[in-house]
Amino acid sequence: MKTSHLALAAALSLAAGPALAQGECAFTTDMEIKHLSAAFPAWVAVTDAMKECAPNLVVELDQEFRQKQPTAFAAEPSLYHIGGVANGTLTPLLNDGTIRPLDAYVEQYGQDLSPNQLIRIDGRIMAIAMMVNTQHLMYRTDIFEELGLEVPTTYAEVLEAAEAIRAAGVVEYPIGATMASGWDLAQDFVNMYAGFGGEFFDESGMTLIDSEAGVKALETMKALTEYMDPEFLVSNSTYVQQQFQQGKIAMANLWATRASAMDDAAESQVVGKVGMAPAPLAEAGARPATTIWWDGIVIAANVPDEEAEAAFRLAMEGLSPRTVAEHNDDAVWLVPGYEPGPMATGAIETAMMGPVAYPSSVEMGLLHTAIGNNIADFLTGQESAEQSLADAKDAYTAAAREAGVLQ
Amino acid sequence: MRPRTFFAFVGPSLVLMILFIAIPLVSVFLQSFWQTQTVFERVEIENCTPGFPAPNCTTQTVTRPLLDESGRTVTETIYVGLDAYRAVVQPEAVAAAFAAGEDFWSRLSNIDFWKALRFTLTFTLITLPLVVGLGLAIALAVNAALRSLRGPIIFVSLLPFIVTPVIGALSIRWLFIGDGILTNALEAMTGTQIFMFAQGWTIEILMLTYRVWHVAPFAFVVFYAGLQTVNQDTLESAVIDGASRFERLRYVVIPHLMPLIVFVSLIHLMDAYRVFEEVIGFSSQAHRISLQFLTYDFLMPDDSGNRSISRASASSMLTMIGIVILLVPLLMRTWRDYKPRG
Repeated sequence: MKTSHLALAAALSLAAGPALAQGECAFTTDMEIKHLSAAFPAWVAVTDAMKECAPNLVVELDQEFRQKQPTAFAAEPSLYHIGGVANGTLTPLLNDGTIRPLDAYVEQYGQDLSPNQLIRIDGRIMAIAMMVNTQHLMYRTDIFEELGLEVPTTYAEVLEAAEAIRAAGVVEYPIGATMASGWDLAQDFVNMYAGFGGEFFDESGMTLIDSEAGVKALETMKALTEYMDPEFLVSNSTYVQQQFQQGKIAMANLWATRASAMDDAAESQVVGKVGMAPAPLAEAGARPATTIWWDGIVIAANVPDEEAEAAFRLAMEGLSPRTVAEHNDDAVWLVPGYEPGPMATGAIETAMMGPVAYPSSVEMGLLHTAIGNNIADFLTGQESAEQSLADAKDAYTAAAREAGVLQ
Repeated sequence: MRPRTFFAFVGPSLVLMILFIAIPLVSVFLQSFWQTQTVFERVEIENCTPGFPAPNCTTQTVTRPLLDESGRTVTETIYVGLDAYRAVVQPEAVAAAFAAGEDFWSRLSNIDFWKALRFTLTFTLITLPLVVGLGLAIALAVNAALRSLRGPIIFVSLLPFIVTPVIGALSIRWLFIGDGILTNALEAMTGTQIFMFAQGWTIEILMLTYRVWHVAPFAFVVFYAGLQTVNQDTLESAVIDGASRFERLRYVVIPHLMPLIVFVSLIHLMDAYRVFEEVIGFSSQAHRISLQFLTYDFLMPDDSGNRSISRASASSMLTMIGIVILLVPLLMRTWRDYKPRG
């Protein structure tokens, strides 16, 4: 059994030839380790680096990973060893107790990690972060220069700039936004609400979104939609990215992971014309209207200890400074050795301004869904801001009662 | 047929029906009355996340599931009676809408279930006559066409039916979304800006049109087969009696096709009431949702892994009841037709 595995590994490495540069790996294994995560470029870079050190690594990159991850990790044994998570998708794994604490591994093998990468929950390290992601302002530098506009720092200034751009008629729509109904729309509200200083829950777990901050957030969103493509309720991140690349919009508060696509000559007609700026403040003196996210890895609890250890050491190979050196501009890395490029400035400046981290929790998952399903009615003009916030609150209450979070 | 032979033929299908339809149905039925909840505890813990320049550690009170000794979440299942149904249908909100009087409809359509029911019913009842009518029209046209042309025409008319529903809906969406080529063409023709995805009614028209386009070939195939068995002698005698083309259709062809029309209507009602692909394909959920989508929405886990199984079960039971109510008139007709006449 063991020999046949080895023979297979040898055959594979021969077949793959020089691509397997195992010489650079501090750790190699021929165990069959399985990995599941999202599919954006940073994950491709990390898993490629891991593959070099483990010929039998099985990599599954899937943008819809969040649907299968909790169940797959709850299986005995877990269907994957390594999971790629974000701060939102960590919660179900943490709650089900299907991921293991990593303190011992970090002590033994984590010498390359920076303290910023250690995600501590209740004192124990439960995940290793590799990058941060946030929504921040991207804008067309050529248009702003031509019209003599300052880069907006608050949403009031965003609206002024949008008016000037519309008056000049240089693009179809001054603003783009990730407002596709459902998750994206709710995220947009969460950003704006957090920017206005809104609190999401009271002590008993009841939501507080039907507040002044909530109404202000919705009204700012509605004011922005006046300058958008009227089909904003179907516009997700990819759609906004394309609007930018095709020169149809002049600014958007967009995910940092999308920044490098603006300079991708194969897709973009605006190479070198998109500037990166911090997320605008909700209003002067308030917080930036955005949330900070991180992406990283977790190790399954329901796998044999030696496999888990190998998986962790392999993940360290993936998250090594070597990977970052080769793929510096694929993400805003937390890994030591990262040198922020021009496309990362917006995200880093945003992070320095101290926006709230996305407050992932059981309640937040329910509230996010409730918001996404209910505030579109306000943006389409069918009901008042207060009414749609009340609807979202009712939807949250019903879901939270059913889940057992609220009594 | 001897009973033994009969059961030998029907047996496998019965077993599969019980396994894959009856048992899940019973389980969904039960789950709509019971609620399985995770037992939560509220604890104060310290979390550290990446911050700039140093990690960001905060102490907060969080809700987290209670784990037992073996590390599994503790759950409890309680009988809740009709609570899940109440949470879906929201009778109090409906009563309040009634009491409000004039803006009854806008208040009612603010409740997801009623909004979904409204769309589902309109969708089903409008597409039904269109599918039957269009299918019949194509069948008659093909039947009247030259024999040598029939093959190619049948092939082309069947194409929409072959397309996978979600893929078909997505391709239509890409033709119309933003500056899609068909939107551009319409704009060039009418000289006005058109946004098909900016308001509900335009999306609804797209969804209806798409469904009719997609299902009409099925009706066509069934009717075309039926047309081949129309008694030619009856038709000829009708011609001799001086019946016009329309009268022949009305008094000879349609009565002959009636069982097939009932059959196509039955199938279409069942399919259309479960409308789902269009909502996903045209991403219409901000404007229009269907009952099946509502169930799906309850069932999909959110980022924190919560799912509303009880409400999903209740909503799918309600969908099934809806289909049965819609089918009753047609089923009664079929029953009468096949009843042994005394």
